[in-house]
Amino acid sequence: MSLELSSVKADLDAFCGAPLAARGTGFDTVWTVPAAQAHGALERLKSRHGFNMLADLTCVDLQGFGKETGAPSPAPAGARFKLVYRLSALDPATGLLNARLALDAWVDGDAGPVSAGDLFPCADWLEREVWDMFGVSFSDRPDITRILMYPEFVGHPLRKDYPIKKRQPLIGPPDGPPRERLTEADLRPRIVE
Amino acid sequence: MKAHESRSYMLNMGPAHPAMHGVIRLLLMLEGEHVLDAEAEIGYLHRAFEKHAENDPWNNVVPWTDRLNYVSPLINNSGYCMAVEKLAGIAIPERAQYLRVISSEVSRITDHLTCVGANAMELGSFTAFLYLLQAREELYRCVDRLTGARVTTSYTRVGGVKGDMPADWPDMVRKAFEKVRSTVKDADGLLTKNRIFVDRTRGTGVLSKEKALAYGITGPMLRSAGVPYDVRRAQPYLVYDRLDFEVPVGETGDNYDRYLVRLAEIDQSMRIVEQCFAQIPAGPIQSPDQALPGSKMSDLGKRGMTADLLKAKADVDPTLEGGARCGRDSVMAPVPDATLPPKEETYGSIEGLMRHFEIIMWGRGITPPAGEAYQAVEGGNGELGFHVVSDGRDRAWRVRVRPPCFFNMAGLHELLKGALVADIIATFGSINMIAGELDR
Amino acid sequence: MSCCVTPPAWQGWLWSGALIFAAVNFGLGVAAFLSWVERKQSALLQDRIGANRAEIFGFRALGLFHIFSDAIKMLTKEDFAPPAGLRPWHSLAPIVSMGCAALCLAALPFGDSVEFLGRSWSLTPLPLEYGVVFVLALLSIGVHGVVMAGRSSGSNYGLLGGLRGAAQMISYEVAMLAILAAPLYIYGTLDLSEIARWQARTWHGIPMWGIFLQPLAFILFMTAGAAETKRAPFDLPEGEAEIVGYFVEYSGMKFGMFLTTDFIESIVLAGMATTLFLGGWHVPGLSALGLPSLVAALLGVGAFILKVMTVLWVLMQVRWTLPRFRFDQLLDLGWKNILPLALANLLVTVWAAALLS
Repeated sequence: MSLELSSVKADLDAFCGAPLAARGTGFDTVWTVPAAQAHGALERLKSRHGFNMLADLTCVDLQGFGKETGAPSPAPAGARFKLVYRLSALDPATGLLNARLALDAWVDGDAGPVSAGDLFPCADWLEREVWDMFGVSFSDRPDITRILMYPEFVGHPLRKDYPIKKRQPLIGPPDGPPRERLTEADLRPRIVE
Repeated sequence: MKAHESRSYMLNMGPAHPAMHGVIRLLLMLEGEHVLDAEAEIGYLHRAFEKHAENDPWNNVVPWTDRLNYVSPLINNSGYCMAVEKLAGIAIPERAQYLRVISSEVSRITDHLTCVGANAMELGSFTAFLYLLQAREELYRCVDRLTGARVTTSYTRVGGVKGDMPADWPDMVRKAFEKVRSTVKDADGLLTKNRIFVDRTRGTGVLSKEKALAYGITGPMLRSAGVPYDVRRAQPYLVYDRLDFEVPVGETGDNYDRYLVRLAEIDQSMRIVEQCFAQIPAGPIQSPDQALPGSKMSDLGKRGMTADLLKAKADVDPTLEGGARCGRDSVMAPVPDATLPPKEETYGSIEGLMRHFEIIMWGRGITPPAGEAYQAVEGGNGELGFHVVSDGRDRAWRVRVRPPCFFNMAGLHELLKGALVADIIATFGSINMIAGELDR
Repeated sequence: MSCCVTPPAWQGWLWSGALIFAAVNFGLGVAAFLSWVERKQSALLQDRIGANRAEIFGFRALGLFHIFSDAIKMLTKEDFAPPAGLRPWHSLAPIVSMGCAALCLAALPFGDSVEFLGRSWSLTPLPLEYGVVFVLALLSIGVHGVVMAGRSSGSNYGLLGGLRGAAQMISYEVAMLAILAAPLYIYGTLDLSEIARWQARTWHGIPMWGIFLQPLAFILFMTAGAAETKRAPFDLPEGEAEIVGYFVEYSGMKFGMFLTTDFIESIVLAGMATTLFLGGWHVPGLSALGLPSLVAALLGVGAFILKVMTVLWVLMQVRWTLPRFRFDQLLDLGWKNILPLALANLLVTVWAAALLS
C-alpha cells in the first residue's frame, strides 16, 4: 500500500470539523463520516487523494443487533441504517492498489445523503439497489426507482423487519382488469415518455 | 427513455431472447440500425441470496454462493469462506489454500471458455462454441471428481475445504489441460485471424480507461482497456504471492481485446494450476494395513462398540466430508468450534461426537465474534467482494456480495450508444454477464 | 435445341410440364434431404452425433426419418398469425418465396437432349433462350416474399429482418449481374443448356469449364450467390441469435416453407454454379465412349446431380465454419469489393478475348 492514509485522514478530519472514528489498518481501514458530509468527503478523496474507483456502496440494517448474543451495537443512539462506501485508489499504469478505504455513514431515519452519482456514475445503480433493498433514499433523487425487484413490490426486503417468508399482493396486467382477448393495442410497442 | 423524433422506434430485447444469456431486458431506442439509447432492466434472476444468508448458519450459505456466478462456482465458495475466516480469525492449512487456488483457477478456465464460446456462437460460429464446450466438459469431469458436482460444488467450508483431492486427480487435470490447450488452439485458428470475426469485434464496444474506472468496472473488461488491475496481484490472498503468472492486458478496450485477454487468461490459469501441483505440501499418508474401512467404523460406532476406534485408522475416501485423521488437518483448520472432527474421533470419543454435533445442529455452530470484514477475490468478471457482518450468532447478520457483473452492466449503455444492432450482440456477449451474479 | 423432327406443339408442352413437375419434386426432395445433410454434416464438423432419434419400428436409418418427423410436426402445428399483423400478406409471403424459388428449378438444364423414339427430347424442363435472366428475375421476385413476411409480422424484429433481407438481396443481385457478365461474354448466349453444351469443348484434353476459364468469377459468384440466397456467412436477415429474422412470427408449415425456400434456393444456386462454371451435365471423356444416347443422357443427369451435391456440400461446410457478417460490412462487401472486382474481371476477360481471337 503506497498511499499514506494518515495525511488523508488529517485532511478529512479538517474538512469534517471533527476527528473521524477509525478502525482497521491497511487495506481494511474504515472511517466513520457524518452522513451530511459524505458527499463532500467522497469528492475530496476523489479529487485530491486519488481514490478513483467506487468499489461498492451498500447498506447495513442494525435494528436488533446483538439481541441474542448481547454484543454491543455499533450504531449511535437512534441510528438504524449504515451506508458503507468502499473506495479504491488504483494506479492505472501498474494496476496496483495504492489504498483501499471504507467510509461508514450513519443515516438519520431513512433519509440518506446526497447522491454520489455525479462523482462516480456507477453510484446510480448502487443507490437504486440500496433504495430497493433498504428504503434509504438519497436527498437529490426523489424519483429513484427499484432495480432488482419489480415496480409493484411492496416493502424493502433486506430490512430486518421484513420477514423472509412474507407474501406480496398479486398484481394484474398493467391496464385495468384481465381481458379475455388480446387486441392489437395490447401488442403495439409503447414508447415510454 | 425519452421518445425521440418520429423516425426512431423502440426495440425490446426482452428477457426471453437467444442472445441475452441469463435473463435481462434491454430497451433500445433505434433509428434504423443505430442505437440512440439503451437501458438495461435487471432483476429477473433475483433470488434473495443476501436475505437467505442472514437466515442460514455460516456454513449453510456456501451452497447459496455456488449459485452466484454459476459458471465459476469454486471462486465464489472460496471468496465467501475467506471473508468469514477473516472475521473469525481462522488461518487455514497450507494444503487447503493450495486446493482453493487450484479449484478457483479451474473454475476461471471454465468461465472464460463459456464466455468465449457463447460469444462466438452468437456471432455465427457454432463450431467454435461446441469445441470450447467439449474442453469445458473435460474440466467439469475433473471438478466432479473433486467435489462431487459439476456446477453446484459447495467445496469450501469455513476453516478449509470439504475434502482432499484424490491421488489421481492431478493427472486427470493435466490430461484435461491437454484437451483444453488443443481446443483453444482450434478455436483460436477459427476465430482470431478470421476476417469476419475481427471485423465484427474490432472497434466495437470500445471502453476507455477513464470510463471503466468511473463505473467501477474490473476484471477482463478493465484489463482489456489497458489497466492491469488484478486482485490476485494488487491484494494477494491465499498463496498467489508465491505463484508466477502474468496479467494479460489489452490496448483499446474493444470486444476483440476482451476476447484475446480471456484466451490469454486461460493459459495463465493453467500455468498457475501446474505450479500449484508442484508446490502443494504433501497430502494424507495412509499406511495400507490396519486401516478400518469407513463404513465398518460407522457401523461399529453406531452399535456402541467404540472401544478401539479412537486409536484406529479410518480408510475413508479423501473427498468425503469429515475424513480420516491422517488427512484431516491438512485440509481443515483444527479449530474446535468451527470445523468438523475426523471420523475416528467422532465415532471413538464422546468429545468428538459432541464437537461434531455442536457444529452441525441448528442453533449451534460457528460463532465468529461481532464485527465486519471485507474480502476481495478475483472472480471471472472482476473484483468479487464479500462484506460480512456478524453479531456473534451462529448465522450472519449481513452478507453483501460485490458483484463484478453489476458494475459491468451499469456501464453497458455507454458502450451501446452509437453502435449498430449487430454490435449489441457482440458487445453483450463479451461482457460475460452472468445473471446469477448480477441479480443474486 | 438441336432436333431432327419438329413435334406437334402440345407434345412439347406436355413433356415440358412433366419435366417441370419432376424437377420441382426433385428440388423439394433434395431440399428435404438437405435438412438431414445439414444436421449430420454440422454434427460431424462439430464432433457430435446429430439427430438420430426418429425411428420406424426400431429402425433408425441414421436419422433420415427426422425428415418425415419434422414435416409431420410442422404440418400439425397451429397456424398462428399475429393479431397485430396483416393476415393476407402474412399467408401470401411464404407462397411467393417458395414459389419463385421452386420455379427457378425448372430452368436448370439437367441433361443433354436425348434421341429416343426418333425424336429428340430436351432434358431441360423450361428450355428458354434467356434462362440466366429468367433465374435472376425470379430470385428478384423472391425478395417480395421476404419483405411481405417482415412487414406483416407486426413486430419490430420482423421488420428489421425484412428490411435487412431486402437490402441484402437487392445489392447482391446487382453484384451477380456484374459477375456473370464476364462468363456470359465468353459463352455468348443466355440459354442455360447452350452454356452447358459450350463447356463440353476441350483444349489439349482439358474441358473448357467455366471454373478454369473464369476462376475469379466462380469465387465471386459463389459469394454473391450465398449472399443472395441468405446462406452461409450472410444469414443476417435470419440471424438467429440477434433478431431471429423476418420469419419470427411464423409457425408450423409456413415457417417450414421459409426453411424449404432456403434449401431450394441453395439448390438453385448450386445448379447455376454447376451449369455456368462446372460444365453442367458434361462428363469429360464420356462422348468418346460412344454409348447409346439414352445411357449417355442419364449419365449426364447423374453427373449434374453429383456436381450439384458437391457444391452444396461446400456451401454447408462454409456455413458451419465462418461467423456472420455485420450488416453494414455485408453491404460494403457487395458494393465496394465484389462489384469492382467483377467489373475488373469483365475488363480483363474482354481484353484477353480480343487478344486471343
